Amino acid sequence: MASRIEKGALTNWWWTIDLWLIAGFGILFVTGIVVDMAASPPVAARLGLPTFHFVNRQIGYLAATIAVAFLVSLASPRAVRRTALLLYIVAMALVCATLVYGAEVKGARRWISIAGIGIQPSEFAKPAFVILTAWLFSEAAQRKGVPAALLGLALLPMTLVPLILQPDIGQTMLISVVWATIFFIAGLHIFWVGGLGGLGAVGVTLAYLFVPHVTARIDRFLNKGAGDTFQVDTAMDSFLSGGWFGRGPGEGVVKRILPDAHADFPFAVAGEEFGIITCIALVVLFMLIVMRALYLAQRSEDPFCRLACAGLIALFGVQSVINMAVNVQLIPAKGMTLPFVSYGGSSLISLGVALGFLIAVTRRRPRAEMSDLWQPPMRLAASSA
Amino acid sequence: MKNSQRPRGAQESSVETPRGLPGLAHRLLRMRLDKSAARIVLVGLAFGVTYLAIALRLVAIGVSGEEKSSAPHASEVAASNPRPDILDRNGEILATDLQAVSVFAEPNKLVDKDEAVELITSVLPDLDAKALREKFSKRKGFVWVKRDITQAQRDEIYHLGLPGVGFLDEKRRIYPNGVAAAHILGAVNTDNIGIAGIEKYIDAHGLDALREAGLPMTAESLKPVQLSLDLHAQHALRDELQKGMERYKAKAAGAAIMDVRTGEVIAMVSLPDFDPNKPADALDPNNINRMTVGVFEMGSTYKALTTAMALDAGKITLNSSFDTRSSLRYGKFTIHDYHATNRVLTVPEIFIHSSNIGTAKEALTVGVEGHRAFLRKAGQLDRMRTELESAEPLYPKHWGELNTVTIAFGQGIAVAPLQAAMAVCALVNGGHLETPTFLRRGEAEALAQSSPLVKAETSEAMRYILRLNAEKGSGRMADVPGYFVGAKTGTAQKVIHGRYSNTKNFTTFTAVIPSDKPKYLFLVVYDEPQGTSETHGFATAAWNAGAVTGRVIDRIAPILGIPPRFDQPQLPFPRLAQAGAGTKP
Repeated sequence: MASRIEKGALTNWWWTIDLWLIAGFGILFVTGIVVDMAASPPVAARLGLPTFHFVNRQIGYLAATIAVAFLVSLASPRAVRRTALLLYIVAMALVCATLVYGAEVKGARRWISIAGIGIQPSEFAKPAFVILTAWLFSEAAQRKGVPAALLGLALLPMTLVPLILQPDIGQTMLISVVWATIFFIAGLHIFWVGGLGGLGAVGVTLAYLFVPHVTARIDRFLNKGAGDTFQVDTAMDSFLSGGWFGRGPGEGVVKRILPDAHADFPFAVAGEEFGIITCIALVVLFMLIVMRALYLAQRSEDPFCRLACAGLIALFGVQSVINMAVNVQLIPAKGMTLPFVSYGGSSLISLGVALGFLIAVTRRRPRAEMSDLWQPPMRLAASSA
Repeated sequence: MKNSQRPRGAQESSVETPRGLPGLAHRLLRMRLDKSAARIVLVGLAFGVTYLAIALRLVAIGVSGEEKSSAPHASEVAASNPRPDILDRNGEILATDLQAVSVFAEPNKLVDKDEAVELITSVLPDLDAKALREKFSKRKGFVWVKRDITQAQRDEIYHLGLPGVGFLDEKRRIYPNGVAAAHILGAVNTDNIGIAGIEKYIDAHGLDALREAGLPMTAESLKPVQLSLDLHAQHALRDELQKGMERYKAKAAGAAIMDVRTGEVIAMVSLPDFDPNKPADALDPNNINRMTVGVFEMGSTYKALTTAMALDAGKITLNSSFDTRSSLRYGKFTIHDYHATNRVLTVPEIFIHSSNIGTAKEALTVGVEGHRAFLRKAGQLDRMRTELESAEPLYPKHWGELNTVTIAFGQGIAVAPLQAAMAVCALVNGGHLETPTFLRRGEAEALAQSSPLVKAETSEAMRYILRLNAEKGSGRMADVPGYFVGAKTGTAQKVIHGRYSNTKNFTTFTAVIPSDKPKYLFLVVYDEPQGTSETHGFATAAWNAGAVTGRVIDRIAPILGIPPRFDQPQLPFPRLAQAGAGTKP
């Protein structure tokens, strides 16, 4: 593609990105389109739309996503932080706006219409939030006197309160888990591991007690047969119908009665048409991407890049885990998309931003470019010498 | 080492951190990047375990799906219940399977339930739309919409193109002769499983086992079941019995033709009956098989048993005589004769005049114990075991002399009519008691399974007495010329509210042809027949059951291949002639 001798921005980009990671995501993009071709036509038919309406739009979004990811990935860590800050401010402003102007869908205000296009601003807040958290904690770890740690702690409630008010319990949980992961990796005191775990438990209990649809979903999961478990039961039928090798592309029947097959249950549809073995391969693909990214994070010597990379991949990994676990009835139903596979414009573009950030922070750089290289304490170096 | 940038394994001390409370806060808020590499490994482990759990869960789903698919689907089982054809003794088809189509739905695959209900009921307007909608709203994998639809209906529903609606080829049982042999054939349910009669017997004797073994069965691979029935005789018997039932306005009726040498049932009818093509009617209690499941007091028919018993025991001979001038008194009971003669009667005369007093005295010569032993040997005290369901006989637990007196002339014991016919067969066939069968059976096979009841001489004496009764006694109504008929009537007053009724009778008529060498036994019973002008108001056995038996013999004997003989048989009862006994009563 490009010679190493040339020193343009593009060639530099090409030689510094992690091609394994890019390849993993590339496979995921193609898989996503194939699964969407299976999962979305019945939904389109129900809505009276052309058969491949959602597929065509998904391909369009994906092109935009790749473009966004590419552009963002060109940025330096410093530019990444600035972009994230800007994006966070805009997205959170929009999240707050949804509380007032948002369209109410199924009892929640999560969508806002800008110039006729419906977007879900909380999706865009997520990657920006991860970058800001990673930034603040990496600052806190290195510079004393800067209240970065306190700011990092305060960032969580700042982000969560509007989300709880929407209400969007799924995003709330996701953001909490990702934040906790970054905090954990940043080396927080063991006190917090217990404390945050307790806090999380309290949070889930509160949600169960005071948010009616969370109550209903958990009850349904714990007590099978009570209430409407239609979606998850149908998803299970979907896997059973497919068996090990699937019924073949386009041959699925259970998908026709599976509501939101293209958004919440593409994994089950993949199970019916391509078989459980393909689904296991998909699980392995997600796992390999996560493991590769974590390896890159560990290898990174820049504290900010390390935390950001781990946080971004945790965002991606936790989301995929929750979606797949719901599909196979391991955890209660939760509206969570499967990254790059589920249909959804906002979700895809936001993933594009996250992917761009991820590529940017995992680029190999000369050490000199790293502004805040982590230095081990001298004492240790002396003692071990 | 001084320049080492590796954070891994680094140990940091908090030398510079202040002590006390601020120190604690400082330590708590302190980020320790030196720990981060190890913690990333932990996060990676957590992700690995979680993804592994999802993959294992998928494997578990795959395995459970495999188990589910290896078990046969309920619908497949229902659809593969072929039954063997049932034939009569001449190979006429009595029951066979037809190919039928049934339509089913898988509610969890129906996309639009209301649309499905609407479209299906437009093709099958007799379906209840509400019930169908209820069926569809259940979370079930399989429900029948309608069993047995026509090919045209199938095509119409097929072209509706409803996902989740399908068809199964099924077997449907057809009885081409309708009511003709209803009680013998029985019926099957919608899954083609026998619920009554021979159909039930077929399931219990092998077909069930075959089905459970999961062997592939086709109608062709199943050997037809051949019955002892003769369809032509069966049809004629039912026809005559039905006409008689209308003529005498009887509540119910029954009839049987048996081969006395093999115990085969050639024809058997119980009225009212049902059409086995409508199996629900088989369960109506009024439609029970009165010949095997109903038990009745057989009345004077039992006198044949009593006479044979006394003759066989050697207590009396055909030339013995009994005084019947005075009634027998037992406590508050007094035994009268219906056709009182008020003189001393010989044994054949007692039979011909159907003397209760005479018969009772004959029984008393054998005694209570001997009487009971003989009836048990004659199969009258136990449930008769044929291919069809049958009832337990009813008789007193404590059996005294009075019981022997009444049972001698057929009061105080209730048996299935076919059970009584079985005993009479043994009396005339040379003395071999053979359990009746509805399946084909050869004479040798029957003889091998039989048990001796009376001596051959006794049997011949009974044939003689029966012939005499048909010639001169109460059996005249059935003495069809040319068949050398032997017969006995029986009129039992029915027990109504614990008392014998004077107006309600259960009448029986037993006939054998030909008396010299019996081949067939005819039994006709009527429940509560009425007197008519034709019968001069009489409602006793000879006038109804007897008259019908006469018509039956006249009509059916030729069908069964017995030609009428218009010259008296030479020496019909050789042993008696030799002994010089009873040649002239």
